[in-house]
Amino acid sequence: MSVKIGILYSRVRTDEKMLLTELRERGHEVEKIDVRDAQFAIDEAGSVFADLDLVVDRCLATSRSVYATQFCAAYGVPIVNAAETATICADKVKTSLALEAAGVPTPATTVAFTEESALDAVEAFGYPCVLKPVVGSWGRLMAKIDSRNAAEAIFEHKATLGHYEHKVFYVQEFVEKPGRDIRVVAADGEPIAAMTRSSDHWLTNAAKGAETDAFDVGEEVAELVAAASDAVGGGLLGIDLMETGSPHDAETASGDDSPASYTVHEVNHTAEFTALDEAVDVDVPAAVVDWLELKAEAADAADAHLEVTV
Amino acid sequence: MTTCSVCGAELTLHDDAEAGEILDCTTCGAELEVIETAPPVLERAPELEEDWGE
Repeated sequence: MSVKIGILYSRVRTDEKMLLTELRERGHEVEKIDVRDAQFAIDEAGSVFADLDLVVDRCLATSRSVYATQFCAAYGVPIVNAAETATICADKVKTSLALEAAGVPTPATTVAFTEESALDAVEAFGYPCVLKPVVGSWGRLMAKIDSRNAAEAIFEHKATLGHYEHKVFYVQEFVEKPGRDIRVVAADGEPIAAMTRSSDHWLTNAAKGAETDAFDVGEEVAELVAAASDAVGGGLLGIDLMETGSPHDAETASGDDSPASYTVHEVNHTAEFTALDEAVDVDVPAAVVDWLELKAEAADAADAHLEVTV
Repeated sequence: MTTCSVCGAELTLHDDAEAGEILDCTTCGAELEVIETAPPVLERAPELEEDWGE
């Protein structure tokens, strides 16, 4: 079945290029929609959205992603990831609340709105602890706070220089991970592939130059990934976990009485998968397109059902 | 064949170049965005913004 897929983008990274190539090689029609050129009227969809079986949000900018997905939802245009997922994942506070509500282990987090209350939160966690921007990515503006002096300086800078969002102080426990974290790319909670990201630095983002290696997803990680995916509304996600127990614990822990072996610290709704594709044997863009085809077929079936029942 | 909009050096796009893709000028190092592919048009890429990224 050939489908017509719209790609919302503003920059074609390697990820988007691999997706475009895979879609075209399978004979699908692709409509590239540059969100810098697009306009989104509140009452009707622009002609660019006509006849699309599915839209894929690959916006580089979080703000554009959040709004564009909401417009597609309002227009009745099937979109992945869903607006709800984008809204939750774009905001670390909303993500933390969603994970906690779903019972997914996630680092202890406190949010404060003033420098003084943020300092109290830091002192309660003890040193080191971590300060993150509520909106941000690629490891930018993350701070590992080692002392009260550092905390005071960082808070003053954020309060003075930052966007209003930097006056929302997102303080998190520092997790002593074993020099690496784990990235799982999953489609509706089903892992496609996973890798570890290792670095001597406390930040282990691929964007920060961490070394990557394939990671075999075991039962416990698979369950956490499924739960984290459900918590944010599903979709194609990059789910980041840290190991909190020893490797032995991580392999053997199971059941409610066991200490948590992993903690989910981030869920990305426009997941980049280039580094993952290079680290694993799985053809990640092909697997993503397999899933997109299923989503397009499901959207088509739902549309046909509506036409019959209306 | 096209030219870098920053330094004027001649550049050749790959056959599979896409509008929206970012290239580095091999002469001056500037980040360039592919605006059109046929004929090729390049412009200086926008600066990184705070909310960019996965």
